[in-house]
This record gives sequence, structure tokens and C-alpha cells, in this order.
Amino acid sequence: MANYLEFEKPIADLERQIAELRRFSHGQGVDLTKEVARLEKKLHEVRKSVYEKLTPWQKTLAARHPDRPYTLDYIKQMMTGFHELHGDRRFGDDAAIVSGFARIDDMPVAVIGHQKGRDTKDRIARNFGQAHPEGYRKALRIMKLAEKFGRPVITFIDTPGAYPGIGAEERGQAEAIAYNLHQMAMLRTPVVILVIGEGGSGGALALGVGDRVYMLEHSVYSVISPEGCAAILWKKDKSGLSLDDFSKAADVLKLTPGDLKRFGVIDEVIKEPPGGMHTAGKAMFDSVKSVIKTALDELAALPADELVAKRYSRIRVLGSIG
Amino acid sequence: MAWFKKEKIPDKKVKIPEGIWIKCDACREIVYRQEVERNLMVCPKCNYHFRISALERIALLFDNFEEMNADLSPGDPLEFTDTMPYAERVRKQQEKTGLTEGIITGTGEISGVAAAGAVMDFGFLGGSMGTVVGEKIVRAVEAAIERGLPFVTVTSSGGARMQEGILSLMQMARTSAAIAMLGEKKLPFISVLTDPTFGGVTASFAMLGDVIIAEPKSLIGFAGPRVIEQTINQQLPEGFQRAEFLLRHGMIDMVVERKKLKSTIADILTLL
Repeated sequence: MANYLEFEKPIADLERQIAELRRFSHGQGVDLTKEVARLEKKLHEVRKSVYEKLTPWQKTLAARHPDRPYTLDYIKQMMTGFHELHGDRRFGDDAAIVSGFARIDDMPVAVIGHQKGRDTKDRIARNFGQAHPEGYRKALRIMKLAEKFGRPVITFIDTPGAYPGIGAEERGQAEAIAYNLHQMAMLRTPVVILVIGEGGSGGALALGVGDRVYMLEHSVYSVISPEGCAAILWKKDKSGLSLDDFSKAADVLKLTPGDLKRFGVIDEVIKEPPGGMHTAGKAMFDSVKSVIKTALDELAALPADELVAKRYSRIRVLGSIG
Repeated sequence: MAWFKKEKIPDKKVKIPEGIWIKCDACREIVYRQEVERNLMVCPKCNYHFRISALERIALLFDNFEEMNADLSPGDPLEFTDTMPYAERVRKQQEKTGLTEGIITGTGEISGVAAAGAVMDFGFLGGSMGTVVGEKIVRAVEAAIERGLPFVTVTSSGGARMQEGILSLMQMARTSAAIAMLGEKKLPFISVLTDPTFGGVTASFAMLGDVIIAEPKSLIGFAGPRVIEQTINQQLPEGFQRAEFLLRHGMIDMVVERKKLKSTIADILTLL
């Protein structure tokens, strides 16, 4: 059963109509191919027009779309032979982050990403993609393995943020994130990053330091969520805030891929299909894959010293002045 | 009206003459300001460490200090406006504090040991880290590398600065990468955490110290206590996120009282 966001209502209506026609046509043996084709064309246009003019707040909602592909979907669609590797060897295994090795075509790669759940049970098990320190430490362990065996690292960012809880603090949430930033800056193997959904603050950045950063068109990346920002700016508790407040906060935060490209934080925006990534077919995943492969080819040509030096230069100028 | 019927003014509303007396934030005792000042802004009754400005901190730690990049003032990359434009907010903070940004960086000597330093000021937009704070830290680290000096930071910050959005977040990567470069050169980095140090500052350079020191009872963490309370819907245990709690959980090396801070830092620097 598909999920629809509020602004997707015109899309939902059309999809329902098409489904009904198909059912009718099938049941009555009436040929409605033409009619269906006409509606499908219209659907394509409506999807396009809806998704073309998303506001920053709507983009935030699209980035959180319950049907949006998650890390494991990208792995399944673009890679083969994935072996998930578990645990940080220190405390536990955090299901909010998945990691392991796989192949892109013939090339072995390390792959790491935040993972949200698809149904309620899975969502809870994966803590809605909000990692604990052990998740970031597992990610780093895999990155160090990649470095050791000369494999490039691909990360997928999709998290509301690092989990704010007692255990997380006790086990050093801040240190875990900080140490990832520190180590990723120096990692002697290529790191390619894709923001595929929510780029939620430090918890996102903990997988986000590398040689190339790409963002899907309807993903967001921000220092704070629009909801959190609104609560601070307008000093209301969460119940007192309206959608209008969130919308205003999303505007001022400048969290869209276009903004981030302008700030020089990301390299490229990857265009999504007209109705967003949750309507993507194989061709779309192939094009994401080709972006990754091109980047990996370019980066593979660099000796490790040069790779790390170039990465540092990239980081050095982020938001630099003068 | 009988004089003895006069209502007693509740303790909370006692007006304290500005400058002479000071009320301790912790034990609520009213103490003589001069006495507190002589005690390095530590309450003589309960040992509470008052928050102090970056300038006071530098005077406390350094024998001499030469500031660098003092003229770097925040820009407004997002053209951010909430209840007032960010540029105006910055101007007001500058007038209030006499600082251009919420951090002072430079080089000097700590009990005769030369070091580069970065000291945050909580009074300036909650010590938040924006692009200029990041820039000043990176430049201070680069100065340390250039001159072969150890690096010392004193943090007090609510975290990344919201008004500079994603670019504030990127300062976490920038400062952490700079610390990594410092480490490559085998130059020591001592991080001193003071009340309060949170968010993007803890989750970057502040927790990357070769040695991490905290002042007694300082509140230190990733997420703020209120955020955690709202998330988990239960009260936080006593002493949660205090310096002593972090020490117990292996997150910091030592808790050091203000009066011993300078000599401790200098000592450790000579050992590394």
C-alpha cells in the first residue's frame, strides 16, 4: 500500500483512477488501454509539476517519505554480493546503521549507511535511523577495513540525527561522531557520499566527510531540523508550533540541495524522477550508480597522499572566509 | 500600620546591588564579589565555578597572550532572519561583549610553556560555532603547526550556530580535520571543557583532545538535557552530563579545579 504526502494528493487521485480503470477493464473485459494511457501521461505531468515546485518544507517531507528508498534499497539496486558486517567490537550492533562489503559491477567496495525501518517493528528496531555511538564506531571499523584492504568507501546519509538518550551520552555520542570526522579526514582510501534522504546534523556528518558529496534532488541536509529550529526561534514548545512555523524555519535554514551546491558543501545534485525517488525504476538507480562509478574512477587514479591532501583542502575551505 | 506586620520579602526577590554582592548560581548564597573574584570566580561557599568570559579565562591561563585574527567578524552567508536579522543580532552581541566573535585565538605562554590557544566565550551567542569560529580555530591550529606549538582550547558552547545553517555544521568537519593535521605533526592538543559544552563543539574538536580536562560540575554532552528528557519522556538521573559523570564513564581524563588548571595544563604539556 503506497503512502501519500499531503501535497501528493493530486498524484494519489490519479493513481487511484488508473487502478480503478485497470480493475474495471480486467473484470469486464473492456479495452480501456487508451484511457489508461491518457491518464498515465497525465500522471507523469502531475508528478512532475508537483515535484518541480516543492517548498523547502515539502522537500523535507519528501526526504522523509515512508516509501523513499533507503540504504539497503540502494545496495540491492546498484550492487551485488552484499555481505552485511555487524558490530563495533566494543559494545554492540546498532541496526540504525548498516555496513559491509559488496560489488559495484566488478569492483569490491565498502558500503555504509543509515537505515530506517519500513514497518513499525522494523522502524523501532532501527530506532528510526537515529544511531547510537556503537553505530558510528561500527561505521568507522568498516572504513578502517576498507582502508586496510584498499577498497573505496561509499556512504549513504539518511537520518533525523544522532539519538539523544541516556545510553548514547554515557557511551560517548559526541566522541563517536568527533572521532569519525577526525578519522574520515585522514582515511587513505576514496570516500564517496550520497545524501539520499534526511541529512540530520552531526549524526549525518558522522558519515559525511569525504572526497565527493552528492545529494538526491529531494533530500535535505541541515544543522538542525525545521521543527527544532522553529522551537528555538519562536520559543514555543512543540505542541504550540504550526506547520507554518516549520515551513518558515525550513525556508531560513537553506537546507535544499540547490542551496548546498551554492555554498560549495556538495559537488552535485542528482536529479530524481518526476514523482520523487519512491517512483524510481531501474534506470534511475543505474544513473546514481554511474555517478558513483565515475567518481570512484577519478579518485582511484590518485595516490593516497594526494587523495588525503585534496580532501583536506576541500574541508579546509568549507564556509571559509577571506 | 504596625511595623512587625510588614511582609517579609521572599528570598528570590532580594535585589542585589550591582557589583558589590553576587549570588551564587548553585548554592544561592549571597557572597562578596571581591571574595569570589579573588577566588578566580569560584564560590567560596560551595566551590561552584562561575562561567567566565574568554578574556578572563585567558588572563587566568596565560602569562602573556598575543591575539590573532581579532578582526574576523561573522558574515551572514544564509541571509538569516528570525525575530531579527542575524547581522543585527551579531552587531548587538558585539556591542554587549566587546568581542567581534565568540572565540579568541592566539599564542602565548602557560606558566612559561609556549602554546597556541582558542578560548570560547559563552556570552557571545551562547558560544555557538559558526564559520568564523571555525576559521579562527583552523587558523590557530595552522599557527601551532607552523611554529611547532601545542594547542589548547577552552570550550563553552551550546554547539553549532543555527543562524549559519549547514555551514556551521561543516565547521565540525573543518575543526576536526585541522586537529587531525595537528596530530600528524605529533603536536599535543589539550582540550578543556567548561560549563557548558554541547552539540557540534563536543561532537568535533572538543572531544578530540589528546588529554581532555573539565572543570568541576561542568555540564557537558552531545544532546542538551531538555532534548533528551523530551525524547525519552523521563527524568534524568542526578549528576547526568556533569564533568564527574563523564569522568566516571571514561570520556575525559580529569576534573581539575580552576585554581589548579593553569599549572596542570603546563605540567602535562611538558610531559607530552
